[in-house]
Amino acid sequence: MRKLHRFHGGVHPPDRKAESTRLPIARAPLPRRLVVPLHQHLGHGAKPLVQAGDRVLKGQMIGRAEGYVSAAIHAPTSGTVRALEMHPVPHPSGLSDLCVMLEPDGEERWVERGPLDYANLDPQALRLKLRDAGVVGLGGAAFPSYVKLSPGARQRLSTLVINGAECEPYITCDDMLMRERADEIVQGVRLIRLMLHAEEVLIGIEDNKPEAIAALRNAVKRGTLRMDVVPVPTVYPGGGERQLIKVLTGAEVPSGKRPVDIGMACFNVHTAYTVHRAVAFGEPVVSRVVTVAGNVLAPRNYEVPLGMRVADLAALASPLADTSGYLMGGPMMGFELPSADIPVVKASNCIIAKSQALFPAPPPAMPCIRCGRCAQACPAQLQPMDLFWFARARNFGKAQEYSLFDCIECGCCSFVCPSHIPLVQYYRFAKGEIWAKERERKAADLARSRHEFRQLRIERDKQERLEKLARKTAAARSHAAPAPAMQEAAANPADDPRKAAIEAAIERARTQKATITPRNVDNLTPEKQAEIARIEERRKKIREMARDRIEP
Amino acid sequence: MSSPHLAMASSVSVIMGKVMLALIPAIAAYVYVFGPAILATLALASLTALVSEAIMLKLRGVPVQPFLMDGSALVTGWLLALSVPPLAPWWLVVIGTAFAIMVAKQLYGGLGNNIFNPAMVGYAVLIVSFPVPMTQWLAPETLAAQHLDLGQQLAYMLLGSLPEGIRLDALTMASPLDTLKSQLQLQHTVREALALPIFGSVGGKGTELVAAAYLAGGAYLLQQRVITWHVPAAFLGGLVAISALFYGADADRYAAPWFHLASGASLIGAFFILTDPVTGPTTPKGKLLFGAGAGLLTYLIRAFGGYPDGVAFACLLMNLCVPLIDMYTQPPVFGKKGG
Repeated sequence: MRKLHRFHGGVHPPDRKAESTRLPIARAPLPRRLVVPLHQHLGHGAKPLVQAGDRVLKGQMIGRAEGYVSAAIHAPTSGTVRALEMHPVPHPSGLSDLCVMLEPDGEERWVERGPLDYANLDPQALRLKLRDAGVVGLGGAAFPSYVKLSPGARQRLSTLVINGAECEPYITCDDMLMRERADEIVQGVRLIRLMLHAEEVLIGIEDNKPEAIAALRNAVKRGTLRMDVVPVPTVYPGGGERQLIKVLTGAEVPSGKRPVDIGMACFNVHTAYTVHRAVAFGEPVVSRVVTVAGNVLAPRNYEVPLGMRVADLAALASPLADTSGYLMGGPMMGFELPSADIPVVKASNCIIAKSQALFPAPPPAMPCIRCGRCAQACPAQLQPMDLFWFARARNFGKAQEYSLFDCIECGCCSFVCPSHIPLVQYYRFAKGEIWAKERERKAADLARSRHEFRQLRIERDKQERLEKLARKTAAARSHAAPAPAMQEAAANPADDPRKAAIEAAIERARTQKATITPRNVDNLTPEKQAEIARIEERRKKIREMARDRIEP
Repeated sequence: MSSPHLAMASSVSVIMGKVMLALIPAIAAYVYVFGPAILATLALASLTALVSEAIMLKLRGVPVQPFLMDGSALVTGWLLALSVPPLAPWWLVVIGTAFAIMVAKQLYGGLGNNIFNPAMVGYAVLIVSFPVPMTQWLAPETLAAQHLDLGQQLAYMLLGSLPEGIRLDALTMASPLDTLKSQLQLQHTVREALALPIFGSVGGKGTELVAAAYLAGGAYLLQQRVITWHVPAAFLGGLVAISALFYGADADRYAAPWFHLASGASLIGAFFILTDPVTGPTTPKGKLLFGAGAGLLTYLIRAFGGYPDGVAFACLLMNLCVPLIDMYTQPPVFGKKGG
């Protein structure tokens, strides 16, 4: 038996998992239309590759990964692109983003696909293939997986942790996937291990999922690679990356660092499954398993094409009459959807129908009595009552000093608070204010450096004019001998300290601009994007014409 | 609404209710030892606490109903009622409770915002302003030459009148801690002093039973996780440590550690007063420091100070240190050990 460790705090909310595990995973029928957001992951959104009217095949790339932290987006089924337009996407504030409106033709015709010859691909090429297959973390964060699939400077990792803990109440998609598709998961884990050169593989599953533990153990036995399937105690948030690593290995990922910095990596079981599908079948991520639970007649897990609207999905499970809305994600960290006309994306692991009986409104908040239950429950070992105090007083400096940014917003503090204070909301508010201030500061820095550079330029021009004048006067005085020192300075600008300062300032401004200036081409309507493309085209032509004229 | 969407069924009033429930055994023991007058004192303190709280909430323009129902004012009233002598006149209880609620609690901003333990502020005001009635303890029923029934006890509390032929001196005496102190001042040894009939097997006769009941209530609070073990353990540990030191050095002049544990407000202090979350530290290490400091101060006041018991002043002095203690005892954050 492996020696397990424990993390501080945690809570035991009623898990409500049994209700959605009675039936096997069902394939959700294709709805009449799909709303496929181009930004379903952390980092930059994908760049659209299709236009209204295009016919697409299932698995065809419709959005290309843009930038380092990004992933591709694919058509979840075959059909016709009706439009590219802004549509509400899963976000607590009801944000809209660019989506591909797809009308399925019902034929499910796949794009040409086949297994990847991973044994003969170099690791970098394989990682890019996974980026182009749209593989992202399906545990909830949707971080592009290929970024994490490099062992980094260490060349090899000590431990690969596979996360099957699934600690939030209601959610059972990973549980059911492990029960039904354990072999594929194990295959995926094998591939991830290969890419990371991990010495040891630990699959952590909370001990309230005995069927999943048994299924994975059997699958590991059938496979060729040694992996440890480790039941871990059921404590929320035991499925948090840092918490699971702590439980399994005893190691704490240092604050502000990532697991790779201590030679570890953590992937969700569903992610491992999609890695396997991508490599063994060439299938990109076009669907995922989603739990539909809560105030519904038939809670169940569905394999859902990405872009299916929550309204269409929830209808499959027959929501009860008093359903008052939907949560996306679990009840501890998920958010309430502003409407049901919002698509399922790669990060959506669960849809919970709300009702007054299941989720009663909390009683009015009372003052904090410093009872410290929040600190006892906090898995990040913070002092939530102090952070609350600082956030409420808008004392953000002090809040940061008390490690506000180590808060993972798991909700344990609010869950146990006898005064019913919405603590997490206060922390989100404080974080938002601090980020806004940071942005303002950066913008001010930029403006200042631009201003300074302008002053410098004006000064330089003035000096140059004076020099010119001086030269002219000197030339007029004596035709024979121009001042040698000045000539030297003019000939070799590097020796002139003033010139050097100017050069340095220009260089500084350039790098600053390159690193700080926000990209103003993100989140634009398709019309705007098309217009930008036209302008870019025209510019390129003009540049070429200019070059042609100069060069010959 | 933002996450989390679930909450545990707990509330401030549930916590306060549990604290009051935990006081019931001690109240029962009190009635057994001193007669039923304590029930009247409790009722009077409760009424005064609620009325004072309501008046102040109204004056502050805060909704009255939710705060009146949270139970915190009742707990303050009860703790004060249990701290004053059993036959305390009505005005003593009213002044102490009203001061505790109006000044020590509400003027600081009400629930959650007061720096000092309200009940102990009330107690301190009373013992400084009215030392005589505050040190006249009713003799336990087993010791008193004469008994008062409930009606007679009430008559004395409310009107100050005693039945024909009964004098106050016959009914009251100094508390065990007070008695020990005056005996020591008369150059008696501890052993000689403890031979007096007022003392029982470990502490005062009768009062040691009440102390044991506080211990039982404290165990219930620990089991219910209303309080953590840190403050009681550190306080009692500190008290035992320093009293053992002096007892070891000179057993004739200094009482034994077990005497200090069972006497005065040691056990109500350990489990009910010093554990007040609002006025205590929040960090585990801070709670240990706070408790140990209160234990040491309690002993020093008892052994060398001018007051019979030291729990109230020790509590108030340690309340002062709480912000500092919290600041210097922050536990390490996840992933920041040694950094």
